[in-house]
Amino acid sequence: MSAPSAPPAQPAARAAGTAPSARQIARVRRRRALAGYWREYRKDRGGMIGLVILLALIVVALAAPLLASSSGLNAAFATYPANAGPGLHYPLGTDADGRSVLTVLIWGSRISLLIGFTATFLSIVIGGVIGIVAGHFGKVIDNLLMRVTDWFLVVPFLPLAIVLAKTLGPSLGVIIFVIGVTSWPGTARIIRAQALAVETRPYLERSRALGAGHWHLMSKHVLPNVMPLLLANTILTVAGVILAETTLSFLGLGDPLRPSWGEMLNEAFFTGGGAAGNQLWLLAPGVAIIVVVLAFTMCGHALETVLDPKLRER
Amino acid sequence: MTALQPGARLEARDHLETEGPGSSSLPRVLLVKIGSALLTLFFVLVFNFFLFRVLPADPAKNLTRNNALTASQLAAINKTFGLGRPLPQQFWNYLVQTLHGNLGRSFVNQEPVAQLIGQRLWPTVLLVGSSTVLATFFGVWIGIRGGWNRGGRFDRTSTAICNTLYAMPDFWLGMVLLIAFASKIALFPTAGMHNPAGGGTGLAGLADLLWHLALPCTVLTLVYLAEYSLVMRSSLIDELGSDYLTTARAKGLRDDQVRRRHAVPNALLPSITLIMLNLGFVISGAITTEVVFSWPGLGQLSYIALNAPDYPVLEGTFLVFSAAVIAANLIADLLLTAFDPRVRNA
Repeated sequence: MSAPSAPPAQPAARAAGTAPSARQIARVRRRRALAGYWREYRKDRGGMIGLVILLALIVVALAAPLLASSSGLNAAFATYPANAGPGLHYPLGTDADGRSVLTVLIWGSRISLLIGFTATFLSIVIGGVIGIVAGHFGKVIDNLLMRVTDWFLVVPFLPLAIVLAKTLGPSLGVIIFVIGVTSWPGTARIIRAQALAVETRPYLERSRALGAGHWHLMSKHVLPNVMPLLLANTILTVAGVILAETTLSFLGLGDPLRPSWGEMLNEAFFTGGGAAGNQLWLLAPGVAIIVVVLAFTMCGHALETVLDPKLRER
Repeated sequence: MTALQPGARLEARDHLETEGPGSSSLPRVLLVKIGSALLTLFFVLVFNFFLFRVLPADPAKNLTRNNALTASQLAAINKTFGLGRPLPQQFWNYLVQTLHGNLGRSFVNQEPVAQLIGQRLWPTVLLVGSSTVLATFFGVWIGIRGGWNRGGRFDRTSTAICNTLYAMPDFWLGMVLLIAFASKIALFPTAGMHNPAGGGTGLAGLADLLWHLALPCTVLTLVYLAEYSLVMRSSLIDELGSDYLTTARAKGLRDDQVRRRHAVPNALLPSITLIMLNLGFVISGAITTEVVFSWPGLGQLSYIALNAPDYPVLEGTFLVFSAAVIAANLIADLLLTAFDPRVRNA
């Protein structure tokens, strides 16, 4: 909680004989706003459950080398029987190569979360920039950018992603790129609407009268104001991105050398091992995906509720 | 939930509601909307052309699975596709051919792509259509019941179940059902649309078809039902505090009359619009479900083409999927204009 520590910043500046700089004031104000958001967020039970699950998962992904040796991923050195049910050394059974499903699952969390975060980042940056630029400049630029956005909204995501991934070849980078460049339009529209509302506020006019350029207005005034909305949107986007990755990998467009949860489902289904041998091989990644997506959705909705009290009634 | 962006679709609906044409004269509105749909379709054609012909370093090689080709074979392909000609002329040819329904020939069996798509269209329409009808019916019903008694036991249970279904990859649900009810307990067939030994004719054939349809249809119904009921629920909740409901109660109407005659008709409109808009996406969203159940529709055709790879077929199905979304958008837009005066006079 940083709220109590906020006030001393100003007296300290005053004691030094100077007025607090604009930057200091902004920082203090933002810290207070964040503390306020956190207080509201903590009241949301679903949001807190989601947050705890997410933090636990991130810890698992980061600590993967400690939890399961990466040598267990190498099919050539797998010593366990293939497609076996749960056993002492492999609590979730084994896959068709004789690897422990739990090991692959733990290491898969890294790939799924990595793709989830990086593709979301790409998508949010594209969507945020297009939304802010369209909202700031308006007129022709706005029209042009919104036409492009509308087109991306209309083109069906899955076939577009399949076609792009196929023509560019299967790799982790391509998957991230494909999901990133196809999932930004929703963000762009939301951010544009918010940017338009911010643009009409008096302090922007004041700033403009003082000679502020486009870059200053967009980065110092519009961006901080759309930031909370962008964050809520980011968290909801991660959920969609992880599902998209799962679907593409399931269709065989993922990186076979770095298996994600979607890739596991692909192998479990198409080798027949998930049906005939060890069903946990097929069930575990699916449950993991549901838990992650639910956790992100709960966090995102909680954050949305904090930002828009009207939603609280739901 | 499918891999589509849910936020994006909700946004599309907002867009329809807010961005009204300047004039309220109906013929002009229609013209503008149809024109904008055609423009979008044109963009799709441009994109399709560039992606498959211009992006790869050597289109001829890319179009033939990167196999080793002799110089004369390459020349023949270049001639067939007119790859030696200037780009604008190539694009014009492509446009004319596509508008005449000529989508090229499959690399795998030399069949015309348009014919392949024609054969696969009906199973997809059957699967998507039946599941959309079921999902709409049950989704709207659950949404109304939950939203009206918000916070009640039914509402809490149904919202939790729907959120979980919404977070589920549809193909995973399909695989689980397949293993449970087709492999472990041989209640339903594991693949296809008809019994390979001949499902019989007449009523027996229909029963065979329904028996094969049951599992894939259940999967899509459950996944979309979750989304539709959540939307219906929240749009009903939006109406709950409205003054006209208080008026209706003050007139002495019973609770279920207020719900059926006043709240639901107003709340239904956004949901139905969303379902209509969604229909375009559902067609391409069924790809994975069709793959899991070997359902002989457009999705499975794309999947086979993806693995071959058979670029003309992939290109053709992409065009059909995009056209479906554009058509669904247009129909939803026109219906909304016809039924909702608020949109018409925006």
